[in-house]
Amino acid sequence: MKRGAVFARTLGSRHKTAIIVATVVVGFGLGFGVAHLMAGSIAYWGVVSGPFFLTLRVAIPATVIAGITGVASGYVLAKGRFPGRDVLETLGSLPIILPPTVVGYYLLEVLSPGTQVGGFLTRVVGHVLVYNVTGCIVAATVAAYPFCMRAARTAIEGVDPLVEQAARTLGLPNWRVALQVTLPLARRGIAAGLTIGSARAIGEYGATLMVGGDINGKTRTLSLAILDSFTTPERNTMLLILVLMAVTAMTGVGLLSRSRT
Amino acid sequence: MTAALEVTIAREIGEFELDVAFTVESGMSVLFGPSGAGKSLTLSLIAGLIRPDTGTVVINGRVVTDCDRRIHVSPQERRIGMVFQDGLLLPHRSVLDNVALAVRQASGRRARRVVARSWLERVGAEGFADRRPGSLSGGQRQRVALARGLAGDPALVLLDEPLSSLDSAVRGELGSLIRGVIISSGIPAVLVTHDAEEAEELGDVVIAYNDGRVTGRRIVERPVRPEPQRGAPESTEPA
Repeated sequence: MKRGAVFARTLGSRHKTAIIVATVVVGFGLGFGVAHLMAGSIAYWGVVSGPFFLTLRVAIPATVIAGITGVASGYVLAKGRFPGRDVLETLGSLPIILPPTVVGYYLLEVLSPGTQVGGFLTRVVGHVLVYNVTGCIVAATVAAYPFCMRAARTAIEGVDPLVEQAARTLGLPNWRVALQVTLPLARRGIAAGLTIGSARAIGEYGATLMVGGDINGKTRTLSLAILDSFTTPERNTMLLILVLMAVTAMTGVGLLSRSRT
Repeated sequence: MTAALEVTIAREIGEFELDVAFTVESGMSVLFGPSGAGKSLTLSLIAGLIRPDTGTVVINGRVVTDCDRRIHVSPQERRIGMVFQDGLLLPHRSVLDNVALAVRQASGRRARRVVARSWLERVGAEGFADRRPGSLSGGQRQRVALARGLAGDPALVLLDEPLSSLDSAVRGELGSLIRGVIISSGIPAVLVTHDAEEAEELGDVVIAYNDGRVTGRRIVERPVRPEPQRGAPESTEPA
């Protein structure tokens, strides 16, 4: 209250009027827009619920897999002393640099039952890996992985090595130093990578289109469904849901990273 | 009687050459010398955090480093306790957890915490067992670091300038506490300092360092005290 009063006194009357008008306009605009979208969301929920739940089925396991593999490989890259570490990081980062369609093409090469590698993988897994949810999860994982890996490597390299040395003198074996010292101290950076990775998994488009096939009711995630329904009213609902999902994922991971361990 | 520590090591880092040999008996031995003399490097070599180019380190009769025989026992297996200049406590763990992590002689979380709490009491830090290290003063952190260094029932304690980041009032008090706890526990200790007064007050033996070499060794005359019992938990009185 006190700070607000001081702030108000320092403003001229013209400024105050402009701020009040702007606040009212923005407030009404936001309120109207959100109300409109919410009304649309409720009206079109039946249409968008399928892609919504499919997106969750794809993005959650993709984020978990990308998180675990990304942190593990980030740790190896940060702590390992072997030649070619930077080359490996560059290879792992290719999905960020390459056009999503190129990533999708190579994934098809690796996963399609018609190719040598894909045929082998299909036999090992026991079912076809393309044009189904598994293919979508692989595409989203590949898209999310480099963000998790790069952030983890940077965060782990930023941990004070003296703290790790101190933990070793306590008798903790190296795996406990990694799990109980290094990773907890690097958790904020790792969480930042997971945040971007999860948002990337939620919004993955190009590779998912090629590997999943955009099959309505089977592999059509929200981001694919938005293009399909671009001229229809339910696109606003999908847009809102995607934005909310991304914001929820970012907020959730951010809160987790700040929580006491 | 077996020496608590026998060191004969050489290590070259850039332009600097460390080449030292000394033995340490029970009580508190102080490595004293100017900054850059190689004192802290010696502690890191004893702890196994760095490997020497040549030489041996023997703790309580057990060879933990022997370059000729390619022996290098990992820091985890050396049974040493180490107290660092800035404490280096784990910031994401409570004070009690920091000390409990070091306890090797008890199994189970509850048993380790009981031992940890008793060490916190001995250093006068039981009042902030549940706090995070970030909320403690420098002196409080070093008390906890001392408890952590001793809680693992080590064969040897290494203290790397534990008082240098503290103001003078706290230094005197904490110095007395460190000496008192070390002597009463009966665990041999090696402390590094560049402060002549501190070396005199804390050490039973002062080993002088200069430019990577041992330049002297002197026994500090002290009143005769009763022989301490190793690991005895009762006495917390400073010397």
